[in-house]
Amino acid sequence: MEFLRPDGLPDVLEARAAHPGALPLMGGTDVMVALNFDRRRPDALLDLTRAPELTAWDHVDGMVRLGAGVTYSRVIDELATELPGLAIASRTVGSPQIRNRGTVGGNLGAASPAGDSHPALLAGFAEVELASRDGVRRVPVDEFFTGVKQHAGRGDELVTAVWIRPATGPQQFSKIGTRNAMVIAVTSFGLALHPDREQVGTGLGSAAPTPRRARDAEEFLGAELDWSARRDIRDSVAAEFARLVATAASPIDDVRGTAAYRRHALAVMARRCLSWAWAEHQGRRH
Amino acid sequence: MTGFETVAGVPSATTATGNTTTSTVDGVGTSPLRPDGTLKVAGEFAFASDLWMDDMLWGVTLRSPHPHARITGIDLTQALKLPGVFAVLTHEDVPGEKHFGLEHQDQPVLAIDRVRYQGEPIALVAADHPETARRAAQRIKVDYEVLAPIVDAELALRPETPRLHEGGNLVRHVRVRTGEENPTADVVVSGAFEVGMQDQAFLGPEAGLAVPDGEGGIDLWVATQWLHVDQRQVCAALGLPPEQVRLRLSGVGGAFGGREDLSMHVHGCLLAQRTGKPVKMVYNREESFFGHVHRHPARMHYEYGADRSGKLAYARATIHLDGGAYASSTPAVVGNAGTMGLGPYDIPNIQIDCFGAYTNNPPCGAMRGFGSVQTAFAVEATMDLLAAELGLDPVELRARNGFREGSRAPTGQLIDAPAPVAELVEKLRALPLPDERPDAHDLRHLPGGVANTTHGEGVRRGVGYAVAYKNVAFSEGFDDFSTARVRVSIAGGQPVVTVHTAAAEVGQGLVTVEQQICRTELGIDRVVVAPQDTSVGSAGSSSASRQTYVTGGAVKAASESVRRLLLTSAATRLGRRRDDLQLAPGGVVLDGSGTVAITLADLLGDDHVEDTVEWRHRPTHPIDPETGQGDAHVQYAFAAHRAVVDVDVELGLVKVVELACVQDVGRAMHPQAVVGQIQGGSAQGLGLALMEEIQVVGGRITNPSFTDYLIPTILDVPPMPIEVLEYADPHAPYGLRGVGEAPTISSGPAVAAAVRAATGLPLSRVPIRPGDITGTG
Ligand SMILES: Cc1cc2nc3c(=O)[nH]c(=O)nc-3n(C[C@H](O)[C@H](O)[C@H](O)COP(=O)(O)OP(=O)(O)OC[C@H]3O[C@@H](n4cnc5c(N)ncnc54)[C@H](O)[C@@H]3O)c2cc1C
Repeated sequence: MEFLRPDGLPDVLEARAAHPGALPLMGGTDVMVALNFDRRRPDALLDLTRAPELTAWDHVDGMVRLGAGVTYSRVIDELATELPGLAIASRTVGSPQIRNRGTVGGNLGAASPAGDSHPALLAGFAEVELASRDGVRRVPVDEFFTGVKQHAGRGDELVTAVWIRPATGPQQFSKIGTRNAMVIAVTSFGLALHPDREQVGTGLGSAAPTPRRARDAEEFLGAELDWSARRDIRDSVAAEFARLVATAASPIDDVRGTAAYRRHALAVMARRCLSWAWAEHQGRRH
Repeated sequence: MTGFETVAGVPSATTATGNTTTSTVDGVGTSPLRPDGTLKVAGEFAFASDLWMDDMLWGVTLRSPHPHARITGIDLTQALKLPGVFAVLTHEDVPGEKHFGLEHQDQPVLAIDRVRYQGEPIALVAADHPETARRAAQRIKVDYEVLAPIVDAELALRPETPRLHEGGNLVRHVRVRTGEENPTADVVVSGAFEVGMQDQAFLGPEAGLAVPDGEGGIDLWVATQWLHVDQRQVCAALGLPPEQVRLRLSGVGGAFGGREDLSMHVHGCLLAQRTGKPVKMVYNREESFFGHVHRHPARMHYEYGADRSGKLAYARATIHLDGGAYASSTPAVVGNAGTMGLGPYDIPNIQIDCFGAYTNNPPCGAMRGFGSVQTAFAVEATMDLLAAELGLDPVELRARNGFREGSRAPTGQLIDAPAPVAELVEKLRALPLPDERPDAHDLRHLPGGVANTTHGEGVRRGVGYAVAYKNVAFSEGFDDFSTARVRVSIAGGQPVVTVHTAAAEVGQGLVTVEQQICRTELGIDRVVVAPQDTSVGSAGSSSASRQTYVTGGAVKAASESVRRLLLTSAATRLGRRRDDLQLAPGGVVLDGSGTVAITLADLLGDDHVEDTVEWRHRPTHPIDPETGQGDAHVQYAFAAHRAVVDVDVELGLVKVVELACVQDVGRAMHPQAVVGQIQGGSAQGLGLALMEEIQVVGGRITNPSFTDYLIPTILDVPPMPIEVLEYADPHAPYGLRGVGEAPTISSGPAVAAAVRAATGLPLSRVPIRPGDITGTG
């Protein structure tokens, strides 16, 4: 197996175009598992770690541009205020070792329905930056996931960054696992309140072939919430929101849980996340 | 994070006979460092997967993808063509016996014309690179005629079900009958329970290195639990005498029963014999799930009757254990589950039927707790049903009915050693309960942990109790001995003891205990543990909580013998009577007045004194096939747990808040290791209660990885207050009791009871899944 180690993003993108069979390697926390289990035997690996452009984050045009190679540990340490949903999600990823190596870009590259960053990115209306030798484009994250472990990036493109607006309101993330740490999501839920636009963002993980938003739930709740007077949410509204979240899912039965449990849990998480987020919006402790 | 406290109970008498050498530093009852401890902590200890020789080949196993199929053809052509391949072998290349097995010789070394479980070995490849060997194995063409798998132990036993083996699908039926045939009682409760298939989940995968000696014989370095039973089976398959098959223990990364059966042993040797080169085999994690036996899944129906005061009147139990495709140790597991399956309670009228069946599921065999783990879930849940029915405190019910010295086990065997069941549970009840709501703002204290599923919503607390008892050592008339060779010599002017056994150190710390015993018996600090191999007699298995008892007993006996030899030699040299001399700490012989008569350095010079002793515990006996009566067991170990859990009842997630244990160990040979065994066993039981299960669908394992076979992490294992009692067993060396298994037995049922208490749900199957609690399973 060849190991390509280009320096700097331009050379990385050159190599990407020149070696379409080469598997990109960032933190390696998915790639190495696939190699060890003999699930993948690529002709070459394309090491992305020598492109400093990928491992930085910055403020650009009022948004956070998060390099694809920023690790979960750094998201937790450096971006918990601006990207609270993503930071909560990052805390649930694997173990300290995995959080030190694993990256948001790698999570997107793997495009697993269980990827923990995805619900937070969906709820935060993030955009994925894709770059090739020939140019850069941005794809809304809910158009990025195209199928089970499939995404919208072309063979000559890489995920170079994620663009997210810093939080203007409370964000939450919940993840179900059958143990209290180091677990792939049985199902997960991300919620972001965007009071500036009076909009609600949601993201569902391990609930369908791809991570997805619960658009009906978002619209319903966006219209029902009393954004400015911040009055308490009626139970019937919370319940309907939870129901709409659960209905947005198309879960399956697998070794990690049943479809029925996933739907049920999504409804519970939706309700709880909403209550915590709204309490925060109201300035209460939750 | 485990704020445990160890409280020593009643001090036990140290059995010490004439010409004693009581204790020196780091002897019995202290907690010296393990001889391999520093290496292990530093990551420098060589495990079997680290074995290496420069010119070695790599062996790989081709396994069946089908749980049940006829093999209609095997074509090796393409595999043999691959450059780098040295050998490709099938059952035709097995020179000796084509079948092996611990109790029944029913398992093919390599499949012959039929496969009976997914993962059954069919062919072997040796190549100069592991990847080449894997590629070659993929090129072997096997034609199958796929057959319908039999995947249910009860169905397997029906007369109309096709037979998987010549003798039928019943491996063993144990029947226990005492008292009346149709007993009645004031209060009757019953339940049906199920236990899923647990895995040993040892971290060091199966591995070994087979090295041909150039003269037709072979040396095998391997991670195992019992060198001599391996040697017997390897010899049979290779058609070689024991002198030509020498086994040496390699670094063992955990065992828990999963290394009692052969894995790569014969395969590696076959490849080495054929190629004339050293061959290393090491399973990867996925293969490991197919490469060893698991804990038997169980289906159990229990009925207990009692009078209104809560005194047990009768018990009925029907137990089905799924043995999978081959017998392995199913007969002995059925023996344990059958004879001990009613818990440590006095019950006058008993009817037990315990069955072990062949199916096309993964083979099951030994795992820590061995038949008692499964039945304890049923027993303890039934006891709780009874307590609820009677309106009695669960501790009270257990204390009233618990075994005491003088009780009779269901086999009729007199319990002639301390059996402090009532004290165990009463001590647990007396322990303070943890805070109602610890720190609600620290998510790590809540169900779901940092996954942020609750901030207190839906969380209910529950407390549960359970008791374990477990037979120590091998039962039912098995000749269960161990051999120890102890030598005293002089190195650098100082006496040094060398202790040589074939007893497998699997992480439990037996090597430390051997050193401690030598120090205590001989008064010599420096004790070298020789590498374990088959050049000394069998030590029996590192299982059944038996090695400290049996190999410890052998080391003690050999040390005593060496002490006598030393004193005899000193007496001859000094012209005194042996009885007037004593061996004292520091390697000196004292006379009657306590004056140094001679030092061992002077006595021995360049010589040494050595003896080898084969040591046996008191004999056991087979049980009556109709009534199950007989003195089947050597010793019983007792432990009890109290679990405190918080359950998020809306999401079905569980946080074990505290898991307290009280255990009677007879004598804490190494108090720190005792606590370690209790902590580890408790965690393993917790795992079975809440998460650990090999999921099998249609005979196929659906989660053969640590991604989906979950074992508790540090955030799942709670603080464990531990109290250790030391009520000496008068029949055992130093009064000790085997420690390793009992805590694995009671912790799971206590956790399950606590979850039931928190939820109010019957929860009759473990592991308890979130879907079971939320009704969405
Ligand atoms: C023990 C363990 C626990 C884990 N726990 C979790 C968990 O709790 N939650 C979770 O979501 N995940 C978990 N994972 C999976 C993994 O850690 C995450 O998916 C992580 O985000 C991957 O990042 P990485 O940088 O290591 O990616 P890599 O392994 O380097 O790459 C992942 C995939 O993305 C591709 N890729 C990488 N970078 C790019 C890029 N810039 N552009 C295009 N494609 C790219 C790679 O080719 C590969 O297909 C776990 C993994 C392990 C081993």
